[in-house]
Amino acid sequence: MSASAHAVVADLRDRIRQFDGRALRDRAVLPFGVPEIDERLPGGGLALASLHEVCGGGNDAVESAAAMLFAAGIAARTGGQVLWCLTRPDLFAPALAQAGLAPGRVLYVEASDEKSLLLCFEEGLRHGGLGAVVAEVARLSMTASRRLQLAAEAGGTLGIALRRFRHRREVGTFLLPTAAVTRWQVSVAPSVPLPVPGVGRARWRLELTRCRAGEAAEFEVEASDAEGRIAFSSRLADRSPAAGHGHFSASA
Amino acid sequence: MGISAPPPDARLVLVGREGSRRIVTAVSRPAETAGLRVGMPLTKAHALLPDILTMPADPAADAAALERLALWALQHYAPIVAPDPPDGLVIDTTGADHLHGGETRMLGGIVNRLSASGIFARAAIADTRGAAYAAARFLADPVCVVPDGAAGEAVARLPLAGLRIPPETVTGLHVLGFSTIGDVLAVPRAPLVLRFGALLGRRLDQVLGTVSEPVDPLRDPELATVRKVFGEPIGAPETIARYTAGLVHDLCKVLERRGLGARRLDLLFHRVDNSLQAIRIGTARAVRDEKRLARLICDRIETIDPGFGIEIMELTATLAEPLALQQAATSLIEEETADLAGLVDVIANRIGARRLYRIAPVESDVPERSVRRIAPLAPDDGATWQGRWPRPARLLARPEPIEVMALLPDQPPAFFIWRGVRRHVKCADGPERIFGEWWKRDVELAAVRDYFQVEDMEGERFWLFRSGDEEQATSGIGRWFLHGVFA
Repeated sequence: MSASAHAVVADLRDRIRQFDGRALRDRAVLPFGVPEIDERLPGGGLALASLHEVCGGGNDAVESAAAMLFAAGIAARTGGQVLWCLTRPDLFAPALAQAGLAPGRVLYVEASDEKSLLLCFEEGLRHGGLGAVVAEVARLSMTASRRLQLAAEAGGTLGIALRRFRHRREVGTFLLPTAAVTRWQVSVAPSVPLPVPGVGRARWRLELTRCRAGEAAEFEVEASDAEGRIAFSSRLADRSPAAGHGHFSASA
Repeated sequence: MGISAPPPDARLVLVGREGSRRIVTAVSRPAETAGLRVGMPLTKAHALLPDILTMPADPAADAAALERLALWALQHYAPIVAPDPPDGLVIDTTGADHLHGGETRMLGGIVNRLSASGIFARAAIADTRGAAYAAARFLADPVCVVPDGAAGEAVARLPLAGLRIPPETVTGLHVLGFSTIGDVLAVPRAPLVLRFGALLGRRLDQVLGTVSEPVDPLRDPELATVRKVFGEPIGAPETIARYTAGLVHDLCKVLERRGLGARRLDLLFHRVDNSLQAIRIGTARAVRDEKRLARLICDRIETIDPGFGIEIMELTATLAEPLALQQAATSLIEEETADLAGLVDVIANRIGARRLYRIAPVESDVPERSVRRIAPLAPDDGATWQGRWPRPARLLARPEPIEVMALLPDQPPAFFIWRGVRRHVKCADGPERIFGEWWKRDVELAAVRDYFQVEDMEGERFWLFRSGDEEQATSGIGRWFLHGVFA
């Protein structure tokens, strides 16, 4: 495309965005505070008024405990009240508090089935007064995710679909496309051995497998701290910049 | 009666008049065990037990008390409630039970709450009013839910008095050799109707549900109510929604005059075929906001079956609380906090208020006791869990036994097998010793759990514990369990 054609396309995009009335909201993002990750995301962070998907990868597919803490960390950093929709009440609230989400900020909805769960999810996104809405869903169709994405845009709320599977085999269905803006896969990685006996800070392998208007990437990070912030892995951060960049295996 | 009420263990009988005779119309439980029965002459009762306490029966006061009880049920359980004199309540539970945790739990709750206030109650849910009447009065179980479509079988073995027919008819049927409802159902109807009248046939049909039986719902004149009567019956959901908005507008005006806010609204639909449909919504706080209330009701219009049309819509604020005008906070003085009451109401009306909660900390070291559910709009006191030990993201409902290889007494396991997978422990933290709470149960006096956080070769982290300190047998059985999964 020539330069003038680029300009025309950019102009058209701008005008379409203005019709939608989401030009301003689209720009609001929630940065991770980790430059290596933020520079990979369009706008420099997670788009606030949109739907994101988080799932446990590898060994974490069934319990999705790491994915849950990752989602909790994001929700904690939005600063507002959080609606947490679930169907299986095996979540242990003190762990959320340790990931920066104080008990006074979380409102739980225990739905009896997936259908009413999605309904509550959408209702929470549409309300607009919440900081984030997290829902532990197993199935998420294109239609449902599109609805949720529109609700998130309308309410200006960050939505996180935390995918939970009954069985490791179900992970295959996860690969179906959804309307979410980003899709993260969180799997656990062995922690760095400490010089003394004990368990160090947990480490995650964070795969950004889908990102609208961005590229897929993969990171090794240290788990959320008490304020919900993840940190770039110190082992990699200590390397020289050239060697560090080699670790991003970007794939479309 | 207050302080002058007789003690509950008194042999109390109520005395009424039948012509010139004085007869016993009600007996207390101790009097019944002593052999007194309803319907016996007072002189006979005195002859049996000289020391009974008698009081005059007051049917008007009884009816008024039953109406108060019906009002209580109306405000707490379902939008369509009617007193069923002399001693019953009819509640149409359609669409109301899921807000109370299901039919069995709702019935159990009603019976428990009544018995807490000294009323011995029996309750049953069935497809038809007639079947529920018989099941509540004559089944052995005080709480009974008759499954869908099984009304006929459920009442077949119950006595004839469960049919709501005059005592003379019951006696006449007994003379003919009928003793249960099933006996009457099994024979041809015509000769019986010829002999005992049409009422018997109608009651039998009402038990089976082949004839509808409308409930005349209780309405308290003190409750704020607005009505809309239609010249032509309506049925389309959009039309219902439009008139609902109008009714809500009128009701809010009434509530405003009285200085009230609605906590519970009932919208009754009188259909042209003389049956009732209802929508009930509840709010977590008193509300007088037209838009919000209309939205809550309109969310549930899909549950209404208009049949051949609706001729009357009636909106009642069944439960209302004082709601004064309040100055809204401005952003100049304090930061605006989002009001979640609207969201809480919408969700609670859809899936039940019990399913919406916050989790608050409890001062307990035992993990499964350290959380409790509180109301979604409970004020935030900023409390959180104390202690720096990490807690797992997922806590298993019951600790699962695992096989381990561990060095005793204070070492974490070298490997363990959980759900058939063997995992080698790379590193571990612990033990964190948690003692039993002796003030809860005696066996917890010496109980001990030693918790370890372990990480396997893959980086997965688990929360294991050993029950007991391996020194005293009373402290635990010495087995290992897996209690939670970390990130």
